[in-house]
Amino acid sequence: MITIHGLVKQFADRTAIDHLDLRIDKGETFGLLGPNGAGKTTTIRILTMLTKATAGQINIAGFDLPADEQQIKAIIGVVPQFFNLDSDLTARENLDLHGRLHHIPSDERNRRITELLQYVELSDREHDRVNTFSGGMKRRLMIARALLHRPQVLFLDEPTVGLDPQVRRRLWDLIRRLNEEGLTVLLTTHYIEEAESLCKRVAILDKGRLIALNSPAALCQGLGEFVVEWSDGEATNSRFFSDRAAAAQFAATLTATTTIRLSNLEDVFVELTGRKVVG
Amino acid sequence: MLTDIWTVFWRDWIVLKRRLSRYILSRMISPMLYLVAFGWGLGRSIQTGQGSYLDFIVPGIVALNSMTISFNAVGTPLNMSRVYHKTLEEYLIAPISAAAFVLGKIFSGMLRGLISSAVLIIMAYAFGAKFSLNAWFMAILLLNCGIFAALAVVAAMSLDSHEDMGNFNTYVLLPMSFLCATFFTPKQLPELARWLIEILPLTHASQALRSSAAGAGVAPVSLAVMALYFIAFVAVGIWQVKRVRD
Repeated sequence: MITIHGLVKQFADRTAIDHLDLRIDKGETFGLLGPNGAGKTTTIRILTMLTKATAGQINIAGFDLPADEQQIKAIIGVVPQFFNLDSDLTARENLDLHGRLHHIPSDERNRRITELLQYVELSDREHDRVNTFSGGMKRRLMIARALLHRPQVLFLDEPTVGLDPQVRRRLWDLIRRLNEEGLTVLLTTHYIEEAESLCKRVAILDKGRLIALNSPAALCQGLGEFVVEWSDGEATNSRFFSDRAAAAQFAATLTATTTIRLSNLEDVFVELTGRKVVG
Repeated sequence: MLTDIWTVFWRDWIVLKRRLSRYILSRMISPMLYLVAFGWGLGRSIQTGQGSYLDFIVPGIVALNSMTISFNAVGTPLNMSRVYHKTLEEYLIAPISAAAFVLGKIFSGMLRGLISSAVLIIMAYAFGAKFSLNAWFMAILLLNCGIFAALAVVAAMSLDSHEDMGNFNTYVLLPMSFLCATFFTPKQLPELARWLIEILPLTHASQALRSSAAGAGVAPVSLAVMALYFIAFVAVGIWQVKRVRD
């Protein structure tokens, strides 16, 4: 569905993306992970045509960038990181504007808006100005807006940042439901558990380079399914093992308090990028 | 293309419609101040050859008022939407052309400029000014609104903060509103100053509005200068919207 080949983005004095190659399949939920400044948002901004690439080829659903820009705009839905709803308009008017910008005929537009407001559970607030909305409501409205013109690919840039855990889980359910309906989803996230719970495959970026690409489970297995964690008074150390017996054997040699647990995507992330992710 | 222009305009229209009466009321204040201070106050003691000073300055006030309103109707909101609210991105990722966006914004700025001018013209009549509202007058007024709505697109797309927009107002619009043949004719000025003032668009707008209000038509050179400014600002505005993604 999305093919990225040799993508480079150079800002004045730094390289934000350094020869990135990626292929995202149709119907897949794909996660882009990485520490701050790794190039996740830049990648999404290039794919959604808000920034131009310095070099590289991009193909989305058979269309090339930048040649087929208008065709691509019509088949992608974008939920940016920033709340960019029009605060002078009501929820319904925001969707109406989007529908008009995407040339949806008025009957169908109204029907689709009503349907989507129900889908994201905002029907009772449709005539309220969006500046009265909470963060979660704004995010749901932005997702509804991105879906209005029935896109084939949905880009979500940090969809749940700054939201309550409950709201976050509701959004995850929504994203899962969309994916079950056949939508290809590309999301960036800081929250490792978000990627683990939603994404079929994840790519880990660091300093603009792709450093790992696989399913969350396979990435964990690659590192070792079991992890022994112990503290030496200053920092937490960890070591990975492919079976529990080996992990237990190693733990027995340590004098500090140890924990043996299953490895997770966060371990992979920290091991590969060498930094703890901070929100 | 026409549909897309309408969409961009439609958004601004529904926002304006919601506060239309408040908008009209607020638009009455500054013309009233100008008319009282310069028409009634100062004007009594000023001789302009023929007609009263009030008749002389009304076209000037129409020119400066339509300039300020059309500019600010587009400039500040567009600058905020690009720099702070990021709502401009909603248009940038939509399958519409940069030209449609720019023209939609210009038309919406022109509409506000025209509403405000209508308020001012009614008030000027109430103050006893005598001038003729004819097709030339309307055409020049429209063109003047268009020029400054287009300039607002250029400024909003190139300046990176709200403060810079304020400075643009102070350094560009404010001097023009006083110097460009609005309150006096530049003929009395030293040659260099006169020459500088005569290349500015608002000078031509004031002069053309004044001569058409007196029923004397419009100098072709004024029309040509204004049309050139309009085309140039529209072209630069479209180019900037296209380039914003680099």
